[in-house]
Amino acid sequence: MTLWLTLLGMAVVTFALRAAFLVLPPGIETPPFLRRSLRYVPAAVLTAIWAPEVLVQNEQLPAGAVAIAVAWRWRTTFATIIAGLLALHLFAWLM
Amino acid sequence: MLLGIVPFGVITGVAMVASGIPPLVAMLMSVIVFAGASMVASAQLLASNAPALLIVFTTLVINLRFMMYSASLRLHFADAPLGKRLAIAYLTADNVYGLMLGRFAEHPDDPGKYQYFLGAGLLVWAAWQAAVLAGILIGAGVPAEWRLEFAAPLAFIAISIPFLRDRATIAAALAAGAVVVLTSDLPFRLAIVAAAFAGIVVGLAFERKKA
Repeated sequence: MTLWLTLLGMAVVTFALRAAFLVLPPGIETPPFLRRSLRYVPAAVLTAIWAPEVLVQNEQLPAGAVAIAVAWRWRTTFATIIAGLLALHLFAWLM
Repeated sequence: MLLGIVPFGVITGVAMVASGIPPLVAMLMSVIVFAGASMVASAQLLASNAPALLIVFTTLVINLRFMMYSASLRLHFADAPLGKRLAIAYLTADNVYGLMLGRFAEHPDDPGKYQYFLGAGLLVWAAWQAAVLAGILIGAGVPAEWRLEFAAPLAFIAISIPFLRDRATIAAALAAGAVVVLTSDLPFRLAIVAAAFAGIVVGLAFERKKA
């Protein structure tokens, strides 16, 4: 029972965030401070998701650096994943 | 675009069942929540019997970026009927948002914006669900020595980089990365909550310094 309520809660919260400003009627302004704060959320949260898996003292650190360089230069997810995984195995073999 | 979402979806499916939640629950979560990072985190929390409210709260913080996307998408779709706006809300994903923003910047007055969003959104949705299903079915079948689990952080590196647009956003990302590592001993993924707030505060501080 708790499991289903948890799932429902996750779905409701996620949809509410996605719909938050889209459902506001036209003419209502977004509070400026909220907008300014939200600007930093993707950079902060997305970085916080990958940082613990990459900032560790083994081959994951240089492989992450390769992935960051590829992502910065080419901006494609697939190339980043392939380059990162190849670099991971290469550095594991080298180190 | 689809090339990127497929490996990430497969990994999400594999990670969810690997953390111990039943395959059916994992698939249901994918359809009703439709947000990869929060699904992997929640599957781990569910398997470790974390309190329900905490799981929902963690989901909220990880998915807080969707609120920013909705504020930004509103500029393009404020006049669309409510049903269309709700469809856009459900289909909002990191890569769909990124793709649309690039497209809308080039063609700001394109009358086909909604059709374009719906088309891209549905395509990504279908590819994502198929990939998650494949991941759930493969489950433990992926050889551990391939180290495919590293594809998840790699996907997030690719998604996060385009958001680093100026010094303030880069400072926010650096602060979040430092805080998440320094607070990694906190239970139940609370480190990500601390990192999110640190990133916002540092970003705002940098913005003020510049002004």
